[in-house]
Amino acid sequence: MHHLWLIPTIPLAGSMINLLFGRRLPKIAVSGVAIGSVLLSFLWVLNVLSGLGGLEEAHIERYFTWIQSGDFNVGFDLMVDRLTAVMLLVVTGIGLLIHIYSSGYMAHEEGFSRFFAYLNLFMFFMLILVLAANYLVLFVGWEGVGLCSYLLIGFYYLKKSAGDAGKKAFIVNRVGDFGFSLAMFLIVVTFGTLDFARVFAQAKDMPVEAGVGTLTVICLLLLLGATGKSAQVPLYVWLPDAMEGPTPVSALIHAATMVTAGVYMVARSSVLYLKAPLAMDAVAIIGLVTAVLAATIGLAQNDIKKVFAYSTVSQLGYMFLALGVGAFSAGIFHVVTHAFFKALLFLGAGSVIHALEGEQDMRLMGGLRSKIPVTFATIFCAAVAIAGVPPFSGFHSKDEILLAAHHHAPWMYWVGVVTAGMTAFYVFRAIFMTFFGSYRGHHHPHESPWVMLGPLCILALLSLGGGYIHIPHFLEPLFPLAESAHESTLVYISVAAGLAGIGLAWLMYVAQPGLPDAISRSFRGLYTLVYNKYFVDEIYDAVIVHPLRDGSRSVLWKGIDEGVIDNVVNGVGRSARNVGSVLRVMQSGYIRSYATWVVLGSVIVVAAISFLGGSR
Amino acid sequence: MQSMTSVPLSWYLILSAILFALGVAGFVIRRNLITVFMSIELMLNAVNLSFITFSYQLKQVDGHIFSFFVMVVAAAEAAVGLAIILAIFRNRSSLQIDDISSMKY
Repeated sequence: MHHLWLIPTIPLAGSMINLLFGRRLPKIAVSGVAIGSVLLSFLWVLNVLSGLGGLEEAHIERYFTWIQSGDFNVGFDLMVDRLTAVMLLVVTGIGLLIHIYSSGYMAHEEGFSRFFAYLNLFMFFMLILVLAANYLVLFVGWEGVGLCSYLLIGFYYLKKSAGDAGKKAFIVNRVGDFGFSLAMFLIVVTFGTLDFARVFAQAKDMPVEAGVGTLTVICLLLLLGATGKSAQVPLYVWLPDAMEGPTPVSALIHAATMVTAGVYMVARSSVLYLKAPLAMDAVAIIGLVTAVLAATIGLAQNDIKKVFAYSTVSQLGYMFLALGVGAFSAGIFHVVTHAFFKALLFLGAGSVIHALEGEQDMRLMGGLRSKIPVTFATIFCAAVAIAGVPPFSGFHSKDEILLAAHHHAPWMYWVGVVTAGMTAFYVFRAIFMTFFGSYRGHHHPHESPWVMLGPLCILALLSLGGGYIHIPHFLEPLFPLAESAHESTLVYISVAAGLAGIGLAWLMYVAQPGLPDAISRSFRGLYTLVYNKYFVDEIYDAVIVHPLRDGSRSVLWKGIDEGVIDNVVNGVGRSARNVGSVLRVMQSGYIRSYATWVVLGSVIVVAAISFLGGSR
Repeated sequence: MQSMTSVPLSWYLILSAILFALGVAGFVIRRNLITVFMSIELMLNAVNLSFITFSYQLKQVDGHIFSFFVMVVAAAEAAVGLAIILAIFRNRSSLQIDDISSMKY
């Protein structure tokens, strides 16, 4: 026993302490409990992993039977294999850095203890999610992180937009979770168990499905769940709105960890997916569409967090592309490097926003390079990493994905390359608009405290060097490496696309600042379309939300609820009242009339008994 | 025993019935609360009389026990009832039973 249960339980304890006593504790104690619990969890992860050695086989710990019904049995089981190990290190490691950063970022905010209580609770559920040894325990974590995401998006609950964004995230995720639940039911029906080991052992012996079979349906339903959690087309709409939450939340939950849960879940179910090529294609195409769509939207956003939000959606699309073309390890590799550089981008953006006292519009920034130099340096590291400049981390993982895509279908590679160019463009557009030129706002920028800059520096190092942690090699026992030759031409092309994107951004936002306006004027229609995010929110509103709301109002509320149910209930009440209105006349309040009724009644009873022959 | 034979059982019962009827009539007709209250006592004692009569007739002690119960309950009721009447009189300066009719729909 390596006491895996301690890994999630320590943050849970921290959360409970802050939830129950946080209001009465000083801020230093609140952040101390929160950071300390994650630190302990991180150290325990290191202890467990060093104790387990090479992890050639999965280490499973079974604690108790949760559900038993006939032959069906679900236990509360946790496990660690190499995939979980990678995720554990990312979640606790990045989580620790972001907790430290938050203690500085949130220092002047209301609800300090509430924030850390939710953040720790999130860590608990996320760790349950990655440690789960069966689908149901995974689902517990899956729902739990959704809950914490909702709570933290709506953290500034006095702002209506924040509350709405929280609800949107929650409701959109319900659609995905519906798919996930159906998939679990189907797994139970097909395999009779939800245990990963037993499901995959049985699935290994099944034939590859040519058409649509049970496994394909299971995989497509799981994919629906993943598109909800990981913000893929068509359910990605909640993630950009989720930026209403505090910036550390965007970094931890909506960039580094929770949104990669879908990728993790698909990778975990790789055995099922490999037997369902149709579902694999669906994963790849959804990923590719998401990557392109979100990247184009990102080109035209002016809110610094929105740019990075669409960037996250786009990068998640890359990960799904990797999964779909069978390069599971490349997908997880990108999860890790993305966690480094995207957490850094968000935390850097948070530092910029902190410096400008809440300003998020990039049109009111500019020239911050000299005013907040450390933030600039670190965020620049993240930008070169995400743009795929060699030899930094994004280059390694993105190249693995693109090469695998080329091996699968060359056109996917080319779409991916174009997206990579756009990625480089919008990230550097944000950098140039924020840090170059002259300052266009009217605040007095000040550099953030070291408690915030420290995590930035560590993440900057990871973003730069993280590509040399060769995760695909580490994951080889789980996911056999695809036999794609390292074709240097393809690598050169994708790197060139990234550099071209950077160059174009430089040209448009530093060298000739008038150019973007001229371009947006000449492509008015296209620009409006992209600037308004393809009107997807409006379309969903018109096609789904409005019919649902109007239908609920006119049919369900006015028709069924008021017409049928209320009428029945009111009718019963009304008839009771009508009978009562006759009888109530007898309740005169005069005792003598009551007494008369009693006498009359007893006379009648006695008379009746006498007439009927006495009581005998 | 000797005297019992001289007075027939039915006489006792008739007396009891007359007393009970007087009580009922008093309860229904009289309007003074105290009088109504006394009518209730009269009915209770009419019942007591028939209990004792049958107890004597049947040589069983049950009727005695019942009548003791009735007395105890009547005493308790008198205490509570008189207290209520007193409270009503203090509040309303009236003992007319028809004035106290607010307990209705």
